[in-house]
Amino acid sequence: MEKLLVAFIFILMVSACGGSGETKEEKGTSPSATTEKKSEESPEYDPNRGHGKWTAENIGVTDALDAAKAESGEKIADVKCSSCHKMTEERLVGPGWSGVTKRRKGEWIMNFISDPDPMIEKDPVVQAQLELCLVRMPNQNLSDSESRDVYEYMRKNDGVK
Amino acid sequence: MKKQLQLGILAIALVTLGLIACKPKNMTSAVTGDAALKAFVAPGQYDEFYNFVSGGFSGQLAVYGLPSGRLFRVIPVFSVDPEKGWGYSEETKPMLNTSHGFVPWDDSHHPEMSQTDGEVDGRWIFLNGNNTPRVARIDLTTFRTAEIIELPNSAGNHSSPFITQNTEYVIAGTRFSVPPDNANGDVPIDSYKKNFKGHLSFISVDKESGEMDIAFQIKCPGVNFDLSHAGKGPSHGWFFFSCYNTEQANTLLEVNASQRDKDFILAVNWKKAEEYIAAGKGRKESVNYAHNIWDEATHSGTSEMRKEVLVLDYEDFDDLCYMIPCPKSPHGCDVDPTGQYIVGSGKLAALIPVFSFAKMQAAIAASDFDGDYLGIDVLKYESVLHGEVKRPGLGPLHTEFDGNGNAYTSMFVSSEVVKWNIESLEVLDRVPTYYSVGHLCIPGGDSRKPFGKYMIAYNKITKDRYLPTGPELCQSAQLYDISGDKMQLILDFPTIGEPHYAQAAPADLISPNSVKIFKIDENMHPYATKGEKESKVVRDGKKIHVYMTAIRSHLAPDNIEGVKVGDEVYFHVTNLEQDWDVPHGFAVIGANNAELLIMPGETQTLKWVPEKSGMFPMYCTDFCSALHQEMSGYVRVSPANSNVPLRSGLGDTAPVSGE
Repeated sequence: MEKLLVAFIFILMVSACGGSGETKEEKGTSPSATTEKKSEESPEYDPNRGHGKWTAENIGVTDALDAAKAESGEKIADVKCSSCHKMTEERLVGPGWSGVTKRRKGEWIMNFISDPDPMIEKDPVVQAQLELCLVRMPNQNLSDSESRDVYEYMRKNDGVK
Repeated sequence: MKKQLQLGILAIALVTLGLIACKPKNMTSAVTGDAALKAFVAPGQYDEFYNFVSGGFSGQLAVYGLPSGRLFRVIPVFSVDPEKGWGYSEETKPMLNTSHGFVPWDDSHHPEMSQTDGEVDGRWIFLNGNNTPRVARIDLTTFRTAEIIELPNSAGNHSSPFITQNTEYVIAGTRFSVPPDNANGDVPIDSYKKNFKGHLSFISVDKESGEMDIAFQIKCPGVNFDLSHAGKGPSHGWFFFSCYNTEQANTLLEVNASQRDKDFILAVNWKKAEEYIAAGKGRKESVNYAHNIWDEATHSGTSEMRKEVLVLDYEDFDDLCYMIPCPKSPHGCDVDPTGQYIVGSGKLAALIPVFSFAKMQAAIAASDFDGDYLGIDVLKYESVLHGEVKRPGLGPLHTEFDGNGNAYTSMFVSSEVVKWNIESLEVLDRVPTYYSVGHLCIPGGDSRKPFGKYMIAYNKITKDRYLPTGPELCQSAQLYDISGDKMQLILDFPTIGEPHYAQAAPADLISPNSVKIFKIDENMHPYATKGEKESKVVRDGKKIHVYMTAIRSHLAPDNIEGVKVGDEVYFHVTNLEQDWDVPHGFAVIGANNAELLIMPGETQTLKWVPEKSGMFPMYCTDFCSALHQEMSGYVRVSPANSNVPLRSGLGDTAPVSGE
């Protein structure tokens, strides 16, 4: 009986496998927009800039502090960031923000806070932090201007005037 | 690698099939070799259709994928759901308010999706509460119940909630006739013929917000309204209701409501009713019913009692209602996609009558009547009949359409689905169901544009189809491929509760609009805590309001002291996350209600009344991160006369005693 069953299943499988590829593609739709994105991007990852739209050219940072942006950034950080990050060097859930703008480039910070997941996957500095903190930084859905303002608030915290 | 994985899964599916195939039962004949492939959706792939299936006595609405039959979500609607805090959180309690007070359960039978120009548009889905008559609107951007309206003058809201082709109205016919709400209901039951009335409610739907309002009701004779469907295309402007118990029996209906050879389908000219309402012919009647609506900005429901309804009495008008004779206690009442034909399913009849809308119009114009039923003109059966499907099977219940000129009718008694041609009335195919099929569903199958690829049969009985689970067995759905001439069974899957009607629509009509998070800066909840700095504990007499935040992975505050026995503690928990798929849960030991499940950016409130002093842990119930187990805290409860000060905090700010 067992042998019979195996043979039966085998026959079913063989008959079932014919042309299976086509049927399947018609039926399922691929949910992974992110996969497509990944395949489009160049294989070289710039660890100084990070993954995302922001570059040294387009973040629009000048030497002097933009006080209005920094003030707005503080309000945003109070809602979306300060549960996990202190303004000092002390680690809470994530690292303290003191000195972060000296350690990392502006475009790297803005890319990371705008969309953390791709950088958690590949950035060596972020991965090292993850080993320490053990909590993936959540995507807090910051808009472009919100990311910029939060970055300005970090600069203010680091003494930029 | 991917191919191997898929082959492996196929092999498992086929082994399963093989095992089933060896079971010497009649089911083997129904399953052919490529069935598993047709229903197979590879891991990580999306389904092609959403399937919304009523939960029957569960009171909820389940969401499945087709063709896989995978269950995605159970949307709490009329019944409390401790898992989601529905009916337990302070915000959701008003949603289940009725004129009878808080009603935590109902019996939901028929989902109906909103339509534009007769086609499903994927915006909302409506669901009836059968027991305490209500209609709910579920928002398909959030997959949550957005509104529930109670129906006055009604009892047993079964003939509901079917809609007109531009969602102008959601219609609800009462199954049990009762004395109207403003009349004395304390009358002898056997005064049915004199005192009992059947009301049909026309609920308007706001085109933008979807908000429901009872525009008017039509007071009809006391009979049982069973099911209904709107006309469409040429018959747009009319509504058709199947009626049974036209004998007006009030006891032993099983026998006494099955006396007449023919009952009726009631045809209502609702455009005419609109004219009468506009002309001020409606009578204001005093009633009392609840209208409950969810506000996405405040993340809260509110309940309002309404006191009045406009009623048109059928006796006052002679061109509002007509009776179409229909054999033997008709159940299903379905209109084909062209809007030309109305299919009545006499559940005790051995044929399926199909009525012609054009013939009906001609008969009305010619006053071709066969007397009246309690003052409603009765059309002549032969004058309005398109034809009869002869010997289709036993116990016809419901009919769906494939858009290619074919109809599919479920046969409850003979456990089969019969496919027949609407024009020729010829039976084309029949397949068995396992067992006792009730409703059928084809995606868009009761609209002007069906997607006739699959048909699902919803069965009442599954004896011997699944591993036994004690006396109570699962109900089931069975998926058929109807793309060819012959219907082919390709999948069985169990359902929650008892499935009655269902709706299905292409996924791409709905999934692109799915909400991922609620924006924290748009949160207007009066107790929202926007940022940990704002977290606090405030005493207001015996009430203590905890403004709490949740983010991976801590609660703020997580140490609370100074709560006293007899206090009412309200935990207003705001989830500060702004990322998709990161809800936090909240629970406290001994709470006599449930947990909260708070979506990103949302605020929800758990009321807790500690009854003894001691230490009470609280924690997050939804595994959120590697440090989820750390996401917890304590509430210290002291005796009523204690003078422990009210203090709270987290980390550096936690209360310090120095002990």
